[in-house]
Amino acid sequence: MASIVLDGIAHSYADEQSQDGNTALKSIHHEWEDGGAYALLGPSGCGKTTLLNIISGLLTPSRGRVLFNQQDVTSLPAEQRNIAQVFQFPVVYDTMTVAENLMFPLRMRKLAKVDRDARVKEVLSMLGLADLADRKARRLSPDIKQKISLGRGLVRTDANAILFDEPLTVIDPELKWQLRAQLKKVHQQFSHTMIYVTHDQTEALTFADKVMVMLEGEVLQIGTPEELFNSPAHTFVGNFIGSPGMNILPCELNGPFASIGAHRIPLAQVYPATTYPGTTHPGARGRLELGIRPEYIDLVAREENSNALPATIKSIEDLGRFKIVQLMLDHHSIQVLVPEGAPVPSSPAMVFRPEHVKIYRDSVLYGSKTGPD
Amino acid sequence: MKNWNNKAWLLVLPMLALVAFSAVIPLMTVVNYSVQDSFGNNEFFWVGTEWFEEVLHSERFYNALLRNLLFSSIVLAIEIPLGVAIALCMPRRGVAVSVCLVLMALPLLIPWNVVGTIWQIFGRVDIGLLGHGLTSLGLDYNYTQDPLDAWITVILMDIWHWTSLVVLLCYSGLVAIPEAYYQAAHIDGASRWAVFRNIQLPRMKRVLLIAILLRFMDSFMIYTEPFVLTGGGPGNSTTFLSIDLVQMAVGQFDLGPAAAMSLVYFLIILLLSWVFYTVMTKSDADAAPGLGERS
Repeated sequence: MASIVLDGIAHSYADEQSQDGNTALKSIHHEWEDGGAYALLGPSGCGKTTLLNIISGLLTPSRGRVLFNQQDVTSLPAEQRNIAQVFQFPVVYDTMTVAENLMFPLRMRKLAKVDRDARVKEVLSMLGLADLADRKARRLSPDIKQKISLGRGLVRTDANAILFDEPLTVIDPELKWQLRAQLKKVHQQFSHTMIYVTHDQTEALTFADKVMVMLEGEVLQIGTPEELFNSPAHTFVGNFIGSPGMNILPCELNGPFASIGAHRIPLAQVYPATTYPGTTHPGARGRLELGIRPEYIDLVAREENSNALPATIKSIEDLGRFKIVQLMLDHHSIQVLVPEGAPVPSSPAMVFRPEHVKIYRDSVLYGSKTGPD
Repeated sequence: MKNWNNKAWLLVLPMLALVAFSAVIPLMTVVNYSVQDSFGNNEFFWVGTEWFEEVLHSERFYNALLRNLLFSSIVLAIEIPLGVAIALCMPRRGVAVSVCLVLMALPLLIPWNVVGTIWQIFGRVDIGLLGHGLTSLGLDYNYTQDPLDAWITVILMDIWHWTSLVVLLCYSGLVAIPEAYYQAAHIDGASRWAVFRNIQLPRMKRVLLIAILLRFMDSFMIYTEPFVLTGGGPGNSTTFLSIDLVQMAVGQFDLGPAAAMSLVYFLIILLLSWVFYTVMTKSDADAAPGLGERS
């Protein structure tokens, strides 16, 4: 078990052909603490698999260093890094039984037979595969095969970390929950450092203590699921996390208000004018946007609150526990989440809860440390 | 009450005609010849199983059959491992792939009698590169006179001609293996041999089965190349069943015995192919769902 440090990792497929196309990683610094459960979240092609393969040693980065417990392992091949990896498609050795499959990495590492058997037995029972131990692995269903691939990582006592590359893609939806719960259990029991790559936010948010959101080879935000939800550092994160995603509207700043066209939205904080050197709106270099989650917009009747933003209803989608209301504010489309039972006024107006209104400058959360300046 | 529409049979008719003309009628003609004797003038006499008994009791037939079996075993024993080995060495990406594939496909594109001619000239002691080269090295090589040399030449020719088929089949099996298998094996610390034994070989099993079956059937029916190269000689040393059959049917015009022999030949190939197939799919069945049986 180990902490993993990425020191300025960058990668480009420019000179070699690859299935991943030319996804590049742009200088990534990060430290994964020993024993943590992390998720790498991002759309397809954002470089998350590349990053994973760099950690496991299947790829050598074009630049930067990988450190395990402060030791530079950048030039070590995969088999010497003691990393276990579970792939998108279950990999089992067809001709072997389930038990033999789990035994394989130990056999390759020349472990004594007694230790081998004991270890395999332990992992088999832990994954609930004991009954299938003598079955040929090839005939089993994808979820069991995926457990076998996981098991091959778990049997190794020397494993520094277990990496998962979208491991639940081929699993039936109802089994996904089971398998994810089992993963959590494994993590609690063995406390391996686990890094989980996925493009599914539910998977990432339920599995990980900390989630790293990536886009086009860059890390946009690292945080707990709650941080990602409540203060997305980037408009992409706001939109990507949450269902439906954050509403993003172009705006301007006017002291304690943000204005969208002729509408004024009160803000919880005044963005200090001193940071804007300039004239009209002093300093608003770049594009300003306002972000608000559908959960944090209240719908009221227009006549009740004259300060609310009048909007017209385009459509209402009833999802049972809540409704998603599509509204138009001038020409901007806005989604609002209305809890079950709450009425939808026929001529509605919106109230944005000020503490949840975020301002983004050039897509980056304004007033946060991560913003470029 | 069901309403039968017999017009549907009309739809089957073209296929029936095709099968009849391509398979049933020729086969029945042979069956017809095999139970009759003919003295020309289109006169035929019923002889029952006489020709079959003659064929099955003739030493000539058994000798040719043994030569066939020996030839097929040698050819399979060399071409299959060699084909697998070459396929493993072939590049997986880049321009080199197309170059290799074209090179591999070349021998397969050459007409069979041309292959025979190429090797006939190649092996000649007076002007052939191989023959002349070997003799000038001081080796006593002459495929037209020495049976062993003739066999070596015929086998070399077959390896040159057909190994690439095995290579192409195996290669197609190899490139179909997802990258994740190699990555997983890498991470599990598998050795090169372990990767071959546990990933590549099992994954190539299906195509290997096809390769073995094809190579067996083809080599067992070999005719053109040795006919052009050695004409069955020296003596009878490279007279395979097919060459013998043609000599009997066209050379000696013994239609009856030739028909009986071709039927026996046909049944032998059918039987051996079936045995091959059954044995190989059986061994596969306990490891994997066989054809028709899927889990």
